[in-house]
Amino acid sequence: MKIVVCIKQVPATNEAKIDPLTKRIVREGLKAVMNPFDAYAVEEAIRLKEKCGAEVIVISMGPEKAQRCLREAVSLGADRAVLLSDRAFGGSDTWATSYVLSKAIEKIGQVDLVICGKQAVDGDTAQVGPGIAAHLDFAQATFVMKVEKVDRRHIRVQRMRENGYDVCDIKLPAVITVVKDINMPRVPTLKGRLASDEIDIPIWRPEDIKADIEKIGLDGSPTRVVKTQPPKARSRKTIRIEGSPQECAKQLAQRLREEDSISGANI
Amino acid sequence: MRITNLNEKLQYEDVWVVAEMLLDKIHPVTYELLGAARALADYGASRVGVIVLCSKEPENPTDLFAFGADKVIIVTNPQLKGFLDETEAEIIIRLIEKYKPEIVLGAASSRGRALIPRIAVKANCGLTADCTELGIDFESGDLLQTRPAFGGNIMAIIRSPNHRPQMATVRPGVMKSITPDYSRKGEIIYEKAKLNNQAAFKRIIESITKEENAVNLTQAQIIIAGGRGVKGAEGFDLLRELAAKTGGAVGASRAAVDSGWIPYEHQIGQTGQTVQTGTYIACGISGQIQHLVGMQSSALIIAIDKNPDTPMMQMADIAVVGDLFEIIPALVREI
Ligand SMILES: Cc1cc2nc3c(=O)[nH]c(=O)nc-3n(C[C@H](O)[C@H](O)[C@H](O)COP(=O)(O)OP(=O)(O)OC[C@H]3O[C@@H](n4cnc5c(N)ncnc54)[C@H](O)[C@@H]3O)c2cc1C
Ligand SMILES: Cc1cc2nc3c(=O)[nH]c(=O)nc-3n(C[C@H](O)[C@H](O)[C@H](O)COP(=O)(O)OP(=O)(O)OC[C@H]3O[C@@H](n4cnc5c(N)ncnc54)[C@H](O)[C@@H]3O)c2cc1C
Repeated sequence: MKIVVCIKQVPATNEAKIDPLTKRIVREGLKAVMNPFDAYAVEEAIRLKEKCGAEVIVISMGPEKAQRCLREAVSLGADRAVLLSDRAFGGSDTWATSYVLSKAIEKIGQVDLVICGKQAVDGDTAQVGPGIAAHLDFAQATFVMKVEKVDRRHIRVQRMRENGYDVCDIKLPAVITVVKDINMPRVPTLKGRLASDEIDIPIWRPEDIKADIEKIGLDGSPTRVVKTQPPKARSRKTIRIEGSPQECAKQLAQRLREEDSISGANI
Repeated sequence: MRITNLNEKLQYEDVWVVAEMLLDKIHPVTYELLGAARALADYGASRVGVIVLCSKEPENPTDLFAFGADKVIIVTNPQLKGFLDETEAEIIIRLIEKYKPEIVLGAASSRGRALIPRIAVKANCGLTADCTELGIDFESGDLLQTRPAFGGNIMAIIRSPNHRPQMATVRPGVMKSITPDYSRKGEIIYEKAKLNNQAAFKRIIESITKEENAVNLTQAQIIIAGGRGVKGAEGFDLLRELAAKTGGAVGASRAAVDSGWIPYEHQIGQTGQTVQTGTYIACGISGQIQHLVGMQSSALIIAIDKNPDTPMMQMADIAVVGDLFEIIPALVREI
């Protein structure tokens, strides 16, 4: 079995500070890390490899420094890594990003399963996974919380819904996107770390994956970000309520009524 | 479709809503999407269509007219009982090719987030996720789509100038439905689904639905969320009491979920759900960044904590200093 895991490099929010004025997170100068959801995708691939034997290949489209996330995945047990990096890929929206990733998956060849994270914490669209499936005309299962079993033709998964889950058999080749409760990612071993230091990560350009230049980057993207702006700041000053619990509760209930917060209450 | 000239662009007219179906019932978010679609259609003097895919004829499809639809396109097939992403996508793509809508809206639900991106890629058009505002650009007539990204830290305005239809998803609870007018009339169109071997992609073995008041954080108008300060599963009973009294839902921090006090479905934050609710009451949650990104866009934020200096107490609109085990029972009595 051949499994490809897609990893996106995103800014780390861990060390982010809050702007005292806007009460929003300051994004500038943040370190780049593996998208937190993709750690679960990597872990699931390695578990499948341990259970039924598989080759795990991790891929990422991004700047050269995105290699770091790929090495991290290798230190955890991925067999190979490929970086898709070129100026021409820059500015890709989810349509173009999933196109580039799908072309890389075609080049890798004979891929049975593609695993993505549920969503990236920066772009936040959750569109790339199903997008890859659409480009390749693979079957898909999103928000997978458990892989029950795999054979040569099918994978049986539990996929999450708002009020429950479906158990489905998905025909391979397929794309799945995974949520956090699918597993508990491991930490790298020393041996894994050494392997990841040594591994050679090839960089693929558009011509390497036979990507149609009209379908990638800013020009190949149907969506355009026209403008970005900070959301409306929380302009209110914090009102502090202190005193005895009864006094606090009385004041808070009063505020809730004034704000019309509990108009829908079933009192 | 990629558009190369104005004539091509003008062929695309209506505003469509892909109905959110739940076991052949129309989910309420559909009416919210209709409210948004109606406003866009009125602005551009076009019509609103709704696509309904179901295994058997839905009850009261004419309700959709009352909520703003001019046209309802119904596709029934016994196989469409569970959610078959690949099949539904193929059907809707064919309808798009046939009718050429200018705009297609879908719910940013677990179903919509799987289905709509598949359609967008295959129909070769742009898709904007989780829009909070939709408008029409006066000059170009393009759809202007506003969406939060980076956990609500920036708002992006997105356009798809050279592709039609323009597609967008909207989270439940974000748009408003119109006051229904049951005298409004419309047209019902039945379309056939040719299913070929699409169904071979996926077979649904069983669908488990949790009865116990389904966690519907994204639709709740008020959320009572608990963190490590709640100290245990029993503490959450207290929050549930307050939630019941206020008609709200219960949320949690990762610390509470990881301690096993409450299931993951309740988790709010970077690795949980993102909510944008009317009133968010954080009880014993210190407000680490990973939690804040999941709730900071709520309209009114209230924090209850012993420690007045936590990030949550500082960002909150109302910060109540004290022991939640004393304050919450008192609050339940007050309202
Ligand atoms: C503010 C802002 C708003 C945006 N809004 C939209 C929008 O509404 N519509 C749109 O089409 N584009 C949008 N984009 C562009 C979009 O963020 C990029 O296309 C991005 O490359 C992928 O989207 P995502 O971050 O949403 O990933 P998601 O679709 O959320 O990612 C899901 C999974 O796909 C995989 N994946 C995603 N990107 C990569 C990658 N580069 N390499 C390897 N694996 C990957 C990972 O497994 C990840 O967990 C926006 C960008 C910005 C900056
Ligand atoms: C990659 C990553 C992803 C993460 N994703 C998430 C996420 O999605 N969601 C999330 O929530 N976290 C997430 N976290 C964890 C996050 O960093 C924090 O650890 C977590 O949010 C802390 O939860 P807490 O506020 O409940 O606990 P604490 O920080 O321990 O806060 C408990 C609070 O309760 C107060 N308290 C105690 N007793 C009482 C009392 N009797 N009355 C009133 N107040 C009391 C204390 O003063 C304190 O302020 C993530 C972390 C990482 C690294």
